[in-house]
Amino acid sequence: MNIPAGLKYTKDHEWTKTSGNRVTVGITAFAVEQLGDITLVNLDVKVGDDIAAGKAFGTIESVKTLSDLFAPVSGKIVEINKDLDAKPELVNEDCYDKGWMVVIEATEARATDQLLDEAAYAEVVKNAAH
Amino acid sequence: MTEAALRRTSLYERHVAAGARMVPFTGFEMPVQYTGIVDEHQAVRTAAGLFDVSHMGELEMRGEYAAQVVDYLITNDASKLVDGQALYTACCNEQGTILDDLIVYRAAQDRWLIVCNASNHAKMKAVFEKAAKDHCEFADRTDATALIALQGPKAFEILALAGGDAAKLATLKSFHFRDAVVANVKCTVARTGYTGEDGVEIFCAWNDAPALWDQLLELGKPLGLKPAGLGARDTLRLESRLSLYGNDIDETTNPIEAGLGWVVKMDKPMFVGKAALEKVKAAPLPRKLVGFEVNGRGIARHGYPLRDLDGNEVGICTSGSPGPTVGKNIGLGYLPAALTAIGTKFFVDCRGKNIEAVVVKTPFYKRA
Repeated sequence: MNIPAGLKYTKDHEWTKTSGNRVTVGITAFAVEQLGDITLVNLDVKVGDDIAAGKAFGTIESVKTLSDLFAPVSGKIVEINKDLDAKPELVNEDCYDKGWMVVIEATEARATDQLLDEAAYAEVVKNAAH
Repeated sequence: MTEAALRRTSLYERHVAAGARMVPFTGFEMPVQYTGIVDEHQAVRTAAGLFDVSHMGELEMRGEYAAQVVDYLITNDASKLVDGQALYTACCNEQGTILDDLIVYRAAQDRWLIVCNASNHAKMKAVFEKAAKDHCEFADRTDATALIALQGPKAFEILALAGGDAAKLATLKSFHFRDAVVANVKCTVARTGYTGEDGVEIFCAWNDAPALWDQLLELGKPLGLKPAGLGARDTLRLESRLSLYGNDIDETTNPIEAGLGWVVKMDKPMFVGKAALEKVKAAPLPRKLVGFEVNGRGIARHGYPLRDLDGNEVGICTSGSPGPTVGKNIGLGYLPAALTAIGTKFFVDCRGKNIEAVVVKTPFYKRA
């Protein structure tokens, strides 16, 4: 299972990449594998919206199921990946890069510090797989 | 259901070795997908897919009066069948609602096989066993019988490679079956399926299934055969508008409103539910199961409310998913008769969002 180092993760199988206080959010390879063929990504937020950590900012749907997408940190939505509207399969193909979903400008500095590192997340995946 | 209580088919190890994701399904651990639902779906539409459906129930009725008992329990007309012929039917209760949908096989006038849904196995076993009492012999063959479906445009080409009685099987007509040796395994082969494609369903002894599975896969691989899971089975059947028990039909729905009037033969002298269904047919239908396409950005799912364009809740979605071959998000649902004309627009309430959908002709997909 591909769990890149240097990213921070959530129990909900999302990854975050922090640059200053900009936090890019996507879903992990494990989430993609669980979902299967992704057919719809609905990002129910617009640039400028405030979002609180733990609140849903959209849904992702595969042939079989639907999952909520949760904001891993509190802040303001500053970018949305519009490519996913027409090409939800980008998440299947490249979940850690082209399949990113939103960028949140975090309210607090070091907002992702308390999230899971790759080793802790690997444990979550190990337990979820059973 | 706890994990410990789950049963496995004789192909379980094959599925795991092939990398399938196993899920609990009607008491069995079954493969939902191997390579991916869309990939497996396309394989069945363009080449062939191999499905383990050993979880299905197989009930046997034998004896001089077996034909009459079976015919009495089902809405379709079993008296018209000849040896080696099968039919699709509903099985109703006295209220005229659906206990299960079945395929009934006439092996001989005094020997019948009934294939029921795994989810209804215990219920149908009770129904047939009770009806058989004092009239004919009943046996539950489920535990001894494996069932493998080989479906797709290349199905018969693959079967031909399996030797044995393959040549004889080439002439098998739709909804007919015969005993045959396939890949050195004694089987009963029926030209039936649940995908909208040509193909067969192969019954064999529980422990013979792995050998048959392995050989069919090996022979079929060069022709594009892939193992296919429950996920693809669901999208394939939905595109072909084949009902799924527990989704589109159940004990709260009758076959007329479900669009299964064609398997209800009111000219039969008697069958369970006939009186109730006569009443249903005499009055205008309050609601009907229709097919729809979602126009907006949304995927309809089982249980989502359907709303009229004023936002009033008027119906329910019973099945929905992307249709990989039709290239649209499709679904089935019950709507009031006034909203069932082709082209009628309405909303699917996708978790609080009203997404526009339109009633369309079904099946969504029909093979050329």
